Parts: sequence; structure tokens; C-alpha cells
Amino acid sequence: MAKTEFDTPELGEFQLTPKLHDGVMAHSQPYIAKPEFQEALGFPGELEDGWEDRAVTRLGELVDGSRALRVFLDSCVKCGACTDKCHYYLGTGDPLNMPVARQDLLRKVYRRYHTPAGKVLGKIGLAGLIGAAEMNKEVLDQWYSYFHQCSQCRRCSVFCPYGIDTAEISMAAREVMDSIGQGQKYCNEIIAKVYKIGNNLGLPEPALVDTLEGLEEDVKDETGVDVKFPVDVKGADVLLITPSADFFAEPHIDGLIGYAKVFHQAGISWTLSSYASEAANFGMFIGSLDNMQKVAERIRTAALELGVKRIVVGECGHAWRVAYSFWNTLAGPFDFLDPNYPAPQHIIEFTHDLIQRGALTLDPSANDEYRVTFHDSCNVARASRMGNRPGGQFVLPREVIKSSVNHFFDMAPETIHENTFCCGGGGGLLTDDLMELRVKGAQPRMQALKDVVEQNQVNYLAAICAICKSQFSKVLPYYGHPMDMIGSVHGLVSNAIQLGTKQ
Amino acid sequence: MSLAVVYAVLFYVAAVIFLGGLAWKISSYARTPAPLKIPTTPAPTTRFGVVARMVREVTVFESLFKSNKWIWLFGWIFHFALVLVLLRHFRYFQEPVWFWVDLIQPFGKYAGFAMVAGLLGLWARRVVVDRVRYISSPSDHLMLALLVAIGGTGLLMKYVAHTDIVALKAYMLGLLRFSIQPLPADPVLLIHLALVATLMLIFPISKLLHAPGVFFSPTRNQIDNPREIRHAQGWTAQIRHDA
Ligand code: HEM
Ligand code: HEM
Ligand code: SF4
Ligand code: SF4
Repeated sequence: MAKTEFDTPELGEFQLTPKLHDGVMAHSQPYIAKPEFQEALGFPGELEDGWEDRAVTRLGELVDGSRALRVFLDSCVKCGACTDKCHYYLGTGDPLNMPVARQDLLRKVYRRYHTPAGKVLGKIGLAGLIGAAEMNKEVLDQWYSYFHQCSQCRRCSVFCPYGIDTAEISMAAREVMDSIGQGQKYCNEIIAKVYKIGNNLGLPEPALVDTLEGLEEDVKDETGVDVKFPVDVKGADVLLITPSADFFAEPHIDGLIGYAKVFHQAGISWTLSSYASEAANFGMFIGSLDNMQKVAERIRTAALELGVKRIVVGECGHAWRVAYSFWNTLAGPFDFLDPNYPAPQHIIEFTHDLIQRGALTLDPSANDEYRVTFHDSCNVARASRMGNRPGGQFVLPREVIKSSVNHFFDMAPETIHENTFCCGGGGGLLTDDLMELRVKGAQPRMQALKDVVEQNQVNYLAAICAICKSQFSKVLPYYGHPMDMIGSVHGLVSNAIQLGTKQ
Repeated sequence: MSLAVVYAVLFYVAAVIFLGGLAWKISSYARTPAPLKIPTTPAPTTRFGVVARMVREVTVFESLFKSNKWIWLFGWIFHFALVLVLLRHFRYFQEPVWFWVDLIQPFGKYAGFAMVAGLLGLWARRVVVDRVRYISSPSDHLMLALLVAIGGTGLLMKYVAHTDIVALKAYMLGLLRFSIQPLPADPVLLIHLALVATLMLIFPISKLLHAPGVFFSPTRNQIDNPREIRHAQGWTAQIRHDA
């Protein structure tokens, strides 16, 4: 399973579409969740006799409950337009990483058991004619491998003539696997931790308070200013919900310091919540509406308890998708918040707005050692928005960066904005047991990065996602870059902001 | 039993399955809830914008254009020509014929060739490009074979083995009025018609469902306004908060 030897893909002059290498990633599977964590999420502990039928039934229920799933499973014409769009295919050449082939792993079971043609042809042994197949151990094995090789980045969905989103298919497949007792360790343990402690890292309240006090001292030493990192302050204006990695992972923490400085200079009172100390919602990764709702509910509870007027979300990709697109549905309405601000608001929107109003003093020359490029995180780019206009999610972060640095260079147009490549670690794959996949899946982004490094001497890759940041600090060295080349956008803001009381 | 009767039965059955199946499928798409907002962004923020996006998808295959120029070219030629061919066929089913059906006849003449050419282009990709070959099942080839055969027999009738159009028209008009008229016994015509009936039969149970499906695709037909308007359908409609 894990720890196999592998070669880092080579980068050439430009992005190549690989030839098919059948089965080269079949061995790549994450660890299976232990029964106790399965049960904490309301799933059976392990596979039990008759799981085939239960899988088929659960799939039928999911299709009945999701128009997307039903339309997507019926509509694909096998045109092939998506086949060269997935970073995991580009990085591995495994044909089952082509989005349509990945979908077909589920679609063949759907066709066999849930369509008239499949039921008839299946009975007379001709299921293969229409690409239908029986549910069995071999299929489950393929599902477990390849539905954990999809970061739910939605790149394929942009290019499909019907907008078929393989992310939806992967989520459904993971939900089916969970429901028959074969869940993925990384995601399910994390969700169990959120229920028990409040965040993905399992960081309890005293430790959180401690960490934040340490940060206050650090910032005081560095700037001479009393920048606060408040927790559980009732009546604060803003509740900040941020990925827990921001509390002590590098380079995330520089982002958190940046947010705090922005709040400080703007004079807006804010607080974190120890109860809802996590923006990420892994319920989405495993395709479980139920768990996603429960995790989202914590935000509402915290906001009500603290009596805040606004909710701001820190730098995170998939989390921002859930916050922006789903919170209102899952935990809303947020009619108890101040209607003058979007609920929720992204920290980039928040900072951008302050910059527009001249409320921040930024000196870009403080970042003159950096030549910066920006990685559009997949779920911010293709599953959310910032600001009032479509595409604001591309414009606002760049404007915030450009207000904070003097040297900014975009990567090639076919690799940014809605065309952006996933970092290779999204969608519940950011675990050491999938290292080979993560390194190979980063190949297209690394190719684009190489070009701006060579042409523009870029030395800072800015991102607004906790997963992207962790993933890049791990895989950059495989491609010959220093791990600290990745940084937070608010890390740049933090450097540039002039708090003004130092001298 | 005469040929006319056999074909009449065939067409009635095909029509029932085609229309009934399609109605059943479309209503299942309409009834199935979309519990979450999942437009692929950047997406329009207004209803009008969504309609415009959909019109672009259906008429010029916007997403496909972004993605692959060859598939787009062949696919678009095939579909556009198909529309012309089908509109041209209206003349077998109406008396008098609407003026615009007459109007497009001259353009339609070449459409048959364009349609077949587009299909052959798509088929060539399916055979030659390793990735597309990999994802093709027998049914994907058969679908193209079927359409090429329909187009081929049609063109044969038009340019080589002419059939008695007047009699055929009388037969078709008869079918619409549940009265069975004589059917010209030309083999090419009979093949053309049998294949068309096959196409109608498989339409609602095959990937041809992409035609209605595209209109129901949530990633394309949803408005990007989740913060402004609370979306709730199906599973999520049961969530209640009384703040
Ligand atoms: C709303 C109407 C329709 C739209 C928007 C539409 C759109 C598309 C698109 C974008 C493709 C993929 C590109 C390509 O391979 O051409 C496609 C494929 C296809 N369409 Fe349609 N289509 C429509 C109606 C139809 C109808 C009525 C037929 C049937 C006779 C049809 C038959 C096909 C076939 C057979 C393919 C697959 C071609 C291949 O094997 O590569 N389409 N369609
Ligand atoms: C019951 C329905 C249909 C009837 C009675 C019918 C009949 C005919 C006839 C009589 C011709 C020869 C035209 C001429 O000589 O000028 C023809 C041509 C043709 N048919 Fe059909 N057809 C039918 C359905 C279809 C369908 C569904 C398709 C496509 C999927 C199709 C594709 C063609 C093509 C490409 C041609 C040659 C070009 C042209 O004349 O437009 N036909 N058809
Ligand atoms: S682009 Fe869409 S329709 Fe075409 S093969 Fe991929 S998923 Fe199927
Ligand atoms: S969602 Fe992303 S990772 Fe998944 S198949 Fe599509 S392109 Fe690949």
C-alpha cells in the first residue's frame, strides 16, 4: 500500500499528455478506517456479508436524491473531451485517472442495476455491450483505489459539454463505500476528531489558547504592537473560522498573523471559537450530506453563542466552497448576522474591501525579496466566488497580492483561473499513505511553476488554501524547489502591513 | 401481413417507447432534487445569465470548444447538420408544408453529407486516439454505426436509389391519422426506416439522453447566488433552523 518506491515525474519543455499506462496506479490506496471511527460517523465498522447488495441499494438511493448524479450518470457520451484534463492522469498516465474512466467505474454498476438496458442485458450476460458490470470485490477494489485518486477539483467539469463533475461521482462512491463499511482512515478519523474536540488537528481548547498567546508574544517582539488573537470573546463583531492548520503549521501560521494584523489595523473586534475551531469540512470529501451538515452546524452554534455580527472565513479552498456554497443551505439562514455583509465573507474579500477603502497601510517594498506567483486553489476557482462579480475569486486575491508586493507574475493562462490545476493533495488525499499520488498529481502545477521560475525568477508561490500549503511544502522538494517557497497570501499582507508604532 | 402493416406496428411501438420513455426520463430529472448549489464557477449570478449560458452550451457547445477543438468541430458539424436534416424531413409529415421547411430545403441537401462527415470524424477519433478508444464500449461504436447507416441510406435514396416520395409521404401522413397506406417496397427505404425506428427505441435508454440531460445539469443551470438566497431541496429541505 504505502511507501512504495516511485519516481518523481520529469518536467519537460511543456505539458505533455502521456500515453496510457494501464494499471500503474492500481496499488495506490489509502488506509482503511478502523471500525471505531466508522461507527463515530454512523457507518458500519467493516465489510459484512451481503455488502454487494447494500452498495447497489445505497447507490440507488443516492441517485434518487441527487439530480446531478442522475443526469451525470445518464448523459456522458464518451466524447473524450475530459480525458486529458485531470492532473492525476497527466501525472500518472493511468487511464482510470481519466475523468470519464473514473466515472465509468461507478457508471458501470449504475447501468447494470439501475437502468432498463443494463437489467435486461445483464441477465443474458451481455452487460459488457453497454459498459455495464456486476458489483463485486474487484470493482470495489478499483473504486477504493481510483475514487481516492480524485481530489474533487472540478477541472473536468469545466471542460465537459454537459458539465459532468467527477467530484460528485467520487463523493457518491465514497459515500457508498462508507455505507458498506469500507471508509478511508484519514478523512473519517478527522471527522471523528471534529466531533470530539472541535477541529481536524485534535487541538483542545487550552492548547489553542496557549498557542495563540505564544503568537501574541511573537508578534509583539517583532513589531512592538499588541496584536491580539482572541478566543471565545462574546460580543465580538467578527467570528473568524479558519482551518486549524493556521494555528501552527508552516506557512499557514503567517497567514493567521496576517489576518490578525488586518483586524488590528482596521480596528474591528474579532474572535476565534474553541468550539468551532475548524473551517475545513471533511464531510464533503466523503460525500456524506449528513456529516457535512453536522460539521457545518457547529459554525452556526458558535456564531449564535458568541453573538457575533459577521462570519469571516480564513484561507482554505474546499472549506470556502462549503462555506460559500453550502453553509446557507446546511446551517442557515444566517439572518441573525449583520445583513450589510455577505455571510460568510472570505478573508480575502474582507482585506480587499479594507484596502479599497484605504483602511490599511501597506508597503509592498517590504516584500521586495519575493517574486510572487499565485496558485488558484481548485475549489475557490471552480466552486465559489468572491465579491459581486463572477470571476471575483481570481481578481480579488491578485489585487490583494499586488497591493502587498512589487513583483507579481502569473503562470500560463491554461493553468490558472478556471483552468487551474489542483495542487495534487485536495479532496481528502492529503495523507502520507498517498504520497506517490500526491507527488505525481502535482506534476502539471509544477510544470507551470517551472516556467515562471525560469522566465521570471519567481521564488514565492502564494496560495489561499490550507491543503495547498501543506501539500506544496511536501512536494516542492521533489521537484527541486525549497519547501518554504510556498506561502500564504496573508503572509505577504503581514509583511507589508505597517502597524506604525514600531519606531 | 404486408410490409406496410409491419412498419406501421414498428413505428407505433417505437413512437410510444420514444415519447413515453423520454417523458419518463425528463420527469425523473425534474423530480430528482438538487440538494446543494453546485454550479461550476465562474457562473452567472442571474437567471438571465444562466439562460444565456445554456443557450451557448446547446448552440455552440461552449465548454467543448474550450476543451478540444477537433471534437468540437466534428461534433458541431454533426449536430448542426442533424438539425437541418431533421427539419427538412418535416415535409414528409405535413400537408401543406410550412414555408420555412421549404426555405431550408436547398441548404438541407448538403447537410446529409456534413452529418455523415462529422460522424466519421468522431468515429475516427474513437479508433485512433488511444484515450478515446480506451473509454469506448461496443455500444459507443454501434451508436455511430447506426447514425452513419441512417445517413448513408438517406443519401443513397437521395442520389442513387430514389424512392417514391409521394407514396412515402402518403404513408407517413396516414400513420399520423391511424390509417395504413401502401408503403413503397424499396430496400434502401426499408432499411432507412428500420434503423430510424431502432434509433427511437434506444433513445430513452442510451447516452442519447444527453440531449434532455444537458438542460438539467446542475453545474450549468444553477445560478451562483448561494449567499444571497438560501437554497434547499430534497434532503436539505428538511433542515430547519428557527433563529
Ligand atoms: C439538445 C440537443 C443536443 C445537444 C446540446 C447535444 C450535444 C452534444 C455534444 C456537445 C456532444 C459531444 C461532442 C460530440 O461528440 O459531438 C454530443 C455527442 C453526441 N450526440 Fe448530441 N446533442 C444533442 C442532441 C442529440 C441528438 C438528438 C442526437 C441523436 C440522434 C445526438 C447524438 C449524439 C451522438 C451519437 C453523440 C456521440 C458522438 C460520438 O460518438 O463521439 N445528439 N452531443
Ligand atoms: C420516419 C422518419 C423518416 C423518414 C420517413 C425518412 C425518409 C427519408 C427519405 C425518403 C429520404 C430521401 C430524401 C430524398 O430523396 O430527397 C431521406 C433522406 C435522409 N434521411 Fe431520412 N427519414 C426519416 C428519419 C430520419 C432520421 C431520424 C434521420 C437522422 C438521424 C434521417 C437522416 C436522413 C439523411 C441524412 C438523409 C439524406 C439527406 C437528406 O435528404 O436530407 N432520416 N430520409
Ligand atoms: S467530457 Fe463529459 S461527456 Fe465527454 S467523455 Fe468526459 S464526462 Fe463524458
Ligand atoms: S475532479 Fe479533478 S481530480 Fe477528480 S477527476 Fe476531475 S479533474 Fe480529476
